[in-house]
Amino acid sequence: MERMNIAELQQKLTAAARLQKPDDRVPYAFEKRIMALIAERAEVSRHLLWARGLWRGAVSCVALAAVCGAVSFFTPAARDNSNDLSQDFENTLLASVDQADTAP
Amino acid sequence: MERSEAELIAAVLKGDRASFEPLVAKYSPRVFATARRYARRESEIEDIVQEVWLKAFDKLASFRGEAPFEHWLMRMAVRTCYDFLRGHQRNRESAFSEISEPEEDWLERFVADPSSAAEDADAAKLLINRILEKLSPEARLVIQLLEIEDRSVKEIAELTGWSVPLVKVRAFRARGEMRKILARMAKDKYL
Repeated sequence: MERMNIAELQQKLTAAARLQKPDDRVPYAFEKRIMALIAERAEVSRHLLWARGLWRGAVSCVALAAVCGAVSFFTPAARDNSNDLSQDFENTLLASVDQADTAP
Repeated sequence: MERSEAELIAAVLKGDRASFEPLVAKYSPRVFATARRYARRESEIEDIVQEVWLKAFDKLASFRGEAPFEHWLMRMAVRTCYDFLRGHQRNRESAFSEISEPEEDWLERFVADPSSAAEDADAAKLLINRILEKLSPEARLVIQLLEIEDRSVKEIAELTGWSVPLVKVRAFRARGEMRKILARMAKDKYL
């Protein structure tokens, strides 16, 4: 078989490609489809905005809870019971009763 | 009264989405013609064009109006087609055994007498499409723009976002890659 002239074949095929004019046909109502997609995406992005905001809020709440938990866990318990919050609360709540008891 | 392109774009940027529709209607034929140069299946072509328009809508604020809207849009179309090529490199490694009979006849005629193999023959078109599909995405884009569409290196640099020296280097490599594919085809068929 005779040898093929690659450079000439390349030129010929490139010329063949140049002769092909691409089809510029547009499917029926294509612009309506694009507009519907754009509208749909705008709706989705509004929901996404809300979801993103809510997620951010949830993450900050969890982080705050974790920090509070860590602080209460690692803070050594007070030895002096008078500083106990429950004791203070009880004293405050019963202050009027205590006063009535000690009154002459 | 028909509104100008600049007015339509300004309206879209102000939030009037409906003003985008005349732009889609006007330029879709050009975007479709570009997409059909790189993809074969109609579903793929529609996906490319759809992506181009969605990108155009999202990035419309970056259009500064220094160049015509069409140029800005075609840049986006070419880059989207390039992304498509990079994502669909399926036929590149296949052999030339699947060449059809008319293509084989055309090649036989070319081997016997190059002038007898007509460039406008359907077989030649099928053959060049087959070869273009085997090129790497960069090579295919450069061959398409430089050799087939006859664009200048500067134009290609603007369309693709590559530098002028990079376009030149890629053009040199692309021609070499095409020659290698043709040589492989000749070897598969005639050796």
